[in-house]
Amino acid sequence: MNFSKKSMKEKIKVIKNLISTEIQKQNISNINLMEVCGTHTMAIAKYAIKSMLPTNINIISGPGCPVCVTAATDIEMGIELASRSETIIATFGDMIKVPGRKKTLSEFGNVKIIYSPLDALALAQNTPNKEIVLLGIGFETTTPLIAATMLQAQKSALNNFSVLSMNKTVPAALEVILSSSDCKINGLLLPGHVSAVTGRNYFDFLSKFNAAGVISGFGPLEIMESIYLLVKMFSERKKEVINNHPQFVTEEGNQTAMKILFSVFEDADVDWRGIGIIPHSGLAIRKEFAQYDAKKKFKLHTTRIENPPHCLCGNILMGKARPNDCKLFGKACTPANPIGPCMVSSEGTCAAYYKYYL
Amino acid sequence: MCLAIPLKVIDIPSEGMAQVETDGVTIEVSSILTPDIKKGEYVLVHAGFIIEKLATKEANSRLELFKEIYERKN
Repeated sequence: MNFSKKSMKEKIKVIKNLISTEIQKQNISNINLMEVCGTHTMAIAKYAIKSMLPTNINIISGPGCPVCVTAATDIEMGIELASRSETIIATFGDMIKVPGRKKTLSEFGNVKIIYSPLDALALAQNTPNKEIVLLGIGFETTTPLIAATMLQAQKSALNNFSVLSMNKTVPAALEVILSSSDCKINGLLLPGHVSAVTGRNYFDFLSKFNAAGVISGFGPLEIMESIYLLVKMFSERKKEVINNHPQFVTEEGNQTAMKILFSVFEDADVDWRGIGIIPHSGLAIRKEFAQYDAKKKFKLHTTRIENPPHCLCGNILMGKARPNDCKLFGKACTPANPIGPCMVSSEGTCAAYYKYYL
Repeated sequence: MCLAIPLKVIDIPSEGMAQVETDGVTIEVSSILTPDIKKGEYVLVHAGFIIEKLATKEANSRLELFKEIYERKN
């Protein structure tokens, strides 16, 4: 096929020109696009996508870094569990440096970084005299894995394994952002891997709002193409959700994974860092699985903890502020000494700005 | 966080497991979320699990719009 003959660089140039032409032809003065996913945040920074776009396209980061949106209260619960002598905390790596009120998880010897939730299960099997608590973070991509791991724990009748659920779902947070009175978002770059699990039609709710959506892959060409599709829909006043990651994403997604997810978890109102409680935006462990629910097993209290003063993570996650607007950014708050979670996570907006734009 | 990579299924050693490969590196992952995968298929792997099967490249790799755009002379 001819189209494969052009190199990636040539194709990017073609799309870059199409975007500029569309902006000029339609006389677009300003367009605001939000990338929802933390992996897109990093890719956009790494491939210098913004430098290839006309200045009237604003790319704004959204709430799709799971570590960044984890509430201070939830971090503190993890730290409380780590302080107990009978526990081992199993977690994905990014969580361990998020500051709690006084400590971070990295200060505890009983915190193990895992690659897969199944590693936590193996840990439970191999250390029967310890309570293994898996920190459940992640969106629709990761939560089915945690659910499947819990079903496996039940099958193996493991009684020293539990999950502290901080798991969240994407749609309700996007609804909060898009329905806010000062929202200026015209289009959303939607997460490719979340969509692989949920399917394209999961995002059809966007038609209620004044924004189009494009599901995108993570390479520079795919991101440029998806931005072009968003600009085109904006100029044509269309509000569709286009799947520009068709090799990975189907209309319905992986229904087996979604069924497994909702067999263990149920819809819940949860606290998002800096945003507050969002109805129907999170996942709580169903009562049938109470023995694997660390909040119930260890009777954890959930007094709400406020975010550090001056930290703008909340507004940054809502697309209302940029890292440079924050007094702490690059001064008191750096990757070596992070204050807010957007600087801690390798996919956080502040970490991306610090690494690539400062 | 939601990082996932495409890999090829080279063996199904037992139910619910799959041996996957890329560039000569093989790992064993859970296939519990994609019970009907077969040897030779490409899959998306995230944190030790296959999360979805991939469409075959020829069938569905790009939007038609972009195929047309790249086929143009300029």
